[in-house]
Amino acid sequence: MEPQSPTVTAGQPRELAQDDLQALFDALTARGWTVVGPTERDGAVVLAELTRADQLPHGVGVRLAPGGYRLRQREDRAAFAHSAGPQSWKNFLHPERARLWQADRDEEGGVTFTPDTEETAPAPRYALLGVHPCDLAAISRLDRVLTGGAFRDPVYGPRRDAAFVIAVACTDPGELCFCASVGTGPGLREDAPCDLAVHEIADRDGVRLMISAHSGRGAELLSDPRLPLREPHPELPELARRRTEDAAQRMGRELETEGLRDVLAGTLDSSVWDEVASRCLTCGNCTMVCPTCFCTTTEDTTDLTGEHAERWRRWDSCFDLDFSYVHGGSVRTSGRSRYRQWLTHKLGTWHDQFGSSGCVGCGRCIVWCPVGIDLTVEAARLREEAGP
Amino acid sequence: MTSAATVPGRAADPATPLPYLVRHRLRETDDTVTLELVPLDEALPRFRPGQFSMLYAFGVGEIPVSVSGIAPDDALAHTIRAVGKVSEALCRLRPGEVVGVCGPFGNDWALGVGPSEDDDRVTALGTDPGEDLVVLGGGLGLSPLRPVVRLALSRPGAYGRLTVLVGARSPRELVHRADLTQWCALGDVRVTVDHPEAGWSGPVGQVTDQLRHAVFRPERTTAFVCGPEPMMRASAEALMRRGVPPERIRLSLERNMRCATAWCGHCQLGRVLVCRDGPVFTWRQAADLLAVHEL
Repeated sequence: MEPQSPTVTAGQPRELAQDDLQALFDALTARGWTVVGPTERDGAVVLAELTRADQLPHGVGVRLAPGGYRLRQREDRAAFAHSAGPQSWKNFLHPERARLWQADRDEEGGVTFTPDTEETAPAPRYALLGVHPCDLAAISRLDRVLTGGAFRDPVYGPRRDAAFVIAVACTDPGELCFCASVGTGPGLREDAPCDLAVHEIADRDGVRLMISAHSGRGAELLSDPRLPLREPHPELPELARRRTEDAAQRMGRELETEGLRDVLAGTLDSSVWDEVASRCLTCGNCTMVCPTCFCTTTEDTTDLTGEHAERWRRWDSCFDLDFSYVHGGSVRTSGRSRYRQWLTHKLGTWHDQFGSSGCVGCGRCIVWCPVGIDLTVEAARLREEAGP
Repeated sequence: MTSAATVPGRAADPATPLPYLVRHRLRETDDTVTLELVPLDEALPRFRPGQFSMLYAFGVGEIPVSVSGIAPDDALAHTIRAVGKVSEALCRLRPGEVVGVCGPFGNDWALGVGPSEDDDRVTALGTDPGEDLVVLGGGLGLSPLRPVVRLALSRPGAYGRLTVLVGARSPRELVHRADLTQWCALGDVRVTVDHPEAGWSGPVGQVTDQLRHAVFRPERTTAFVCGPEPMMRASAEALMRRGVPPERIRLSLERNMRCATAWCGHCQLGRVLVCRDGPVFTWRQAADLLAVHEL
């Protein structure tokens, strides 16, 4: 169940040659968007502000293992055929550091609080280019958490409203991907909550892009006369469909979700948690790379005069000992209880709190765990222990 | 799970504090004070008993604190024990100084029932009219219960018997002494301490021990419990032994909170977010959550 359903149904697909991607950049830039997309840097595919289409990671693929990430050369020039990197779109929509407000104390001791508002600090207008289906689902999860409750997050909300989302169906899942089993990918549904839906088809004929509008903004962009769009080759829709179907068959991992919530609720005292804790470093990497982990803490600062204070927010992790601190001590002192908190929240109690799973099957937590802990393996062990 | 509280007018910006002036400061114990706060200009929406604020000490930080008093003129009372750097800074505040306040957050002791003034089918505490009330406070846990007792005493016809049981480690750690003296004249109030000192003539032992002597109709009673978690567990079990059903036992839970708006994730307790779904839960909702070590 996705919280944001588009009001515009998928439009007729159009075809864009990969060599014409710069025109898409230009059309976005002309409308005031800053393009954020994948690029190769320091041996990884990272997300960054891009100005040119040739900054995309053409021909770069990824090879994954628990605790391992390596780039590889692809045989084609596909720009979006790489599995999830160390960052996610969370870095741009829910930044790791953000100022919430400033306070100033006057000579009489009065205090004025000044929030960062759209007027004083406008949200950046990002065009998110190359959002894979797992990550599109992650954005929907964040939408639910940060804008779907009684209060709307003052940082995420405006950034999310401004974002122009260009989703790309996944054709080359990694060794640790499991979106097919959790129902978030690798294909893009007709009603996928994005502005543009892209299928990238790389074969001996080169690389072609099939683009459909999923929103009014997307349709407006595609009407830009400077975009050299054409009628798609008749075989293109079928090719695109086959590519994602093939991708679904090539997932490196699987997570059985049926009844998982109950399995986790019923195994809180399992020795599996002790065993995981003996390996887990409680470093929090999994929470930093997870595209749905949203936890934050606050930092209050003053300047040298002591009369100007600011409140900043930064990402936090439930693996941090202080995370559960209540006067006198922390609730979750053991590594066992902190790993249990993470896994049971992500796969179980997230349903209770926000009406869906918190896991989108991107596999990042397995890749970036220094000791290669694999949540699909741990969930399966708990299921086995819970019995039929 | 109860529905989230909405804050009319403040929903757009619940995270930026409003400046409140310390109008009065009462030293309760060696390390605990009650601050009475009044808005400097704009007032927050009216609090209900059981809801909490985020209190900001300039430049130091912010902590959640339940409201210990609600006055008709928008004044709020908060009772704070100095146990960390923020609470220490708040406890040092003097009359005339400014504190930042966000809120009201969370549900209330009426579990978000939110009765209207003229609804005679349910009381302002979310109980059936005429029901007996048992209030159990352990240590500083008495503070969030103070508005409950005050509300009950202000409308005696709406409620049956009122029993207030208070526990403290020692006589010198008792808070809200003036209220306790006043309440004694109006209801059954029993104060017990773990460690008596010279001059203490009252009972010694667990607050739950006093439950044996209290007179109430278990099937027509709602209990309000706040204190350390072991004390709340023991209280709930003692109340159930007396025949009070688990859905009529209410307790206020405490967890680390950074936002109070369900964005920061700190107050997770199994399936609930304490700031959003609580802090007040029934024992039926909370029993399994409090039974798991380090949940």
